[in-house]
Amino acid sequence: MVPAVSAGKETSVTQLHLAVALDGAGWHPAAWRTPQARPRDLLTAGYWSGLLAEAERGLLDFATIDDSLTIQSADPFAPDERTDQVRGRLDAVGIAARVAPVTEYIGVVPVVTTTHTEPFHTAKNIATLDYVSTGRAGVQIRTGGFGGEAALFGRRELPDLNLRLLNTPEIQQFVAERFDEAADYVEVVRRLWDSWQDDAEIRDVTTGRFIDRDRLHRINFEGRWFSVRGPSITPRPPQGQPLVTALGHATVPYRLAARQADVLFVTPLDTAGAIRIRDEVLREVAAAGRDGQLKIFADLLVHLDTDKARPDKARPDKAATSDHVSDARILAGSVTTIADHIEELHQLGYDGVRLRPGVLPDDLTAITGLLVPELQRRGLFRTRYTSSTLRGHLGLDRPTSRYQPV
Amino acid sequence: MSKPRKQIILGHYLGGVNHSTVWSDPDAGSQIDFATFRHAAQAAERGKFDFFFLAEGLALRERQGEIFDQDVIGRPDAITVLTALAAVTEHLGLIATVNATFNEPYELARQLATLDHLSGGRAGWNIVTSSDAFTGGNFRRGGFLDRADRYTRAEEFLAAARQLWDSWADDDIVADKESGQFLRRPDAGSFAFSGRQFDISGRFTVPRSPQGQPVILQAGVSSEGREFAAGGGPDAIFSPYHTLAEAQAFYRDIRQRSGVPGRPKVLPGASFVLGDTEADAIERHREITYAQISGRGAQVLLETVWNRDLSAFDPDGPLPDVDPDTEAPPFIQGRARIHQNAPETVAQWREIAEANKYTLRELAIHVFGRTEFVGTPTQVADRLDAFVQSDGSDGFIIGSHLTPAGIDEFVDRVVPLLQERGSLRTEYEGTTLRDNLGLPALTGQVTPARV
Repeated sequence: MVPAVSAGKETSVTQLHLAVALDGAGWHPAAWRTPQARPRDLLTAGYWSGLLAEAERGLLDFATIDDSLTIQSADPFAPDERTDQVRGRLDAVGIAARVAPVTEYIGVVPVVTTTHTEPFHTAKNIATLDYVSTGRAGVQIRTGGFGGEAALFGRRELPDLNLRLLNTPEIQQFVAERFDEAADYVEVVRRLWDSWQDDAEIRDVTTGRFIDRDRLHRINFEGRWFSVRGPSITPRPPQGQPLVTALGHATVPYRLAARQADVLFVTPLDTAGAIRIRDEVLREVAAAGRDGQLKIFADLLVHLDTDKARPDKARPDKAATSDHVSDARILAGSVTTIADHIEELHQLGYDGVRLRPGVLPDDLTAITGLLVPELQRRGLFRTRYTSSTLRGHLGLDRPTSRYQPV
Repeated sequence: MSKPRKQIILGHYLGGVNHSTVWSDPDAGSQIDFATFRHAAQAAERGKFDFFFLAEGLALRERQGEIFDQDVIGRPDAITVLTALAAVTEHLGLIATVNATFNEPYELARQLATLDHLSGGRAGWNIVTSSDAFTGGNFRRGGFLDRADRYTRAEEFLAAARQLWDSWADDDIVADKESGQFLRRPDAGSFAFSGRQFDISGRFTVPRSPQGQPVILQAGVSSEGREFAAGGGPDAIFSPYHTLAEAQAFYRDIRQRSGVPGRPKVLPGASFVLGDTEADAIERHREITYAQISGRGAQVLLETVWNRDLSAFDPDGPLPDVDPDTEAPPFIQGRARIHQNAPETVAQWREIAEANKYTLRELAIHVFGRTEFVGTPTQVADRLDAFVQSDGSDGFIIGSHLTPAGIDEFVDRVVPLLQERGSLRTEYEGTTLRDNLGLPALTGQVTPARV
């Protein structure tokens, strides 16, 4: 078959991928006070359905839904006592499941914490999300262990952590162990997703067998933190392997992602950082023997100027802005400026960009209504969905179960 | 008659994963696709049911160390699929069975409160516990729970979850853009719970949900179970009794222990087979039962009690002439053990088989294949209604042998008759599951004292 000439841009191998990270009223701490914000609706289905529908209008690959087991805090190591910022949130897997039936194409990727939860539950929850979204599920793995998280479960003693201690060998060891545990966790989840072969269900009336038990597999994982026998109670999900993503800021998480993830979110603050991080991640990917199998996305926290007459319309006031710190680069500017940055990252070899809207819904509607058309005009971004699964959007095949005999 | 007519509570139980689901029927659909769950839930809502109900099993059943291959298996996570169903239903309660042994209060309370928010107040939790190390093989903490601690765990788990759900007051979120105040108090969500099973503290992330607390269901007929049910326990309880006299005695007992008028609701499970005539229904019932319990299936069902291999015994012959093995490790794993005392159960079954001249398969059908309501739609409606009006229960959790469309004919043919009698709503009156069940709202939660 000869591809249509007009499809040239769309079938380009260097297609840019775009995701959006959704959290509360947006990533600016005072976002909830902006005119269009709906701070009283943050816990409603309508709020989240609206955001996902908007992201889907922009043809985005997927939306991540942020989460943490601990309550939001300006202090990363402990709950704070502030009353002037958004506090309280829903379970992200729940949000993703609720919006899945009312969207059609966009991938839904909730954050799941690995430190205190059960890999068996997570495997079936994300597999179920893949069923209810008919193949659009992913998960963003987050290691925990900080900020009083252990006391919420009361099952394990973890060291108290603060910024002063962060560089001590004990804490470095602790952090490394949390990532080792996360690596085991992802391994278990992935094995469980494969534990039913695609052809396990046979419904063979003659022999009275619903399944062929030889096509179901124990995973028999034994590790330092947990042992899991398997198989899963949930049949293999539509995508086979839902998308596994992680956010990383240092070598240890890069290594985890290089070995286990499909997508890694990184936070370069400038061009030099973008090059340095790209090279380091690619070395880790090569060391893991997974060349070309990890998509690298740069995270950008964006405030888009949409109204030249009132450039600060969507921006929270100055006082609140002093709190506006982020692990990711904060970009405020015109659609052209932000598109330039994205194009530069893409030229540096980044597979995609995950945008964290500073203010919701304003920055999201600016992304879908203005930034996406600009990127399309530059031939960087799709003009329609060409796949119905999340793996498909990213050009990833549906893998065969590791247990399928060859 | 001074007694007002009771409104029948109806739940739809989508089974899918057990011997009673007939997968060989040409109309049998997927047990896992979302379309299946959507069909069944929307049918239940069309029939003005109170709620939709899902069971749970955390390990695939095994027989003699091998995965059992005869029954439908493969199910989704209940809370996740119910949260998705909230998008395609409007009034239907959404009740998940979730194990208190292999979950932690903090995490589960978050998931259920999230379901309550995202469904606009329609969440429910059927609390179960298990103590088997077999299921524990899939979890970090293994099979750590002694059988004797099951009710302690359930009770403490529920108390901890309720403290978490109450940790935010109704009015803790101010969200005043002008003043910049989001929270009314700096420690919203603070909690601390200490008991034999749990010692937890911190701040809960999910603000007060529309129902305040999800509706709680519980099964259990032991005396600890009954005490738990009647105390601060559940809003509804499963009754295992289907004969009117036994059911009435259970109903009276639960209500007396409770002392709270109208709570907990008492709900037995029930299945049905309809026919245009009674004879049709009986014949159809016979066919369905034989499809549910094959000769091979009958052997396996009896193996749950005999605890040994019965495959050599002819299903169409007499009961096995060997004794149950009470010493060996479980022959069948991952199935709720209904019959605790095997020798006693076998002795009873031998009597039943002898009196009725039952074969092995017929005995299995008699014991495991019961369908409570068989008849014309009018007969079934009459019996359901009479059972409730005479205080055998407050309603039923209705299942079908056919996934997912088996419930359709109940909705189309029996529901209108119940509505004609004034025993079932014709429109939903409220918006929450508590509203559906006639349970009082838990509003007016005020800011608790600082922990």
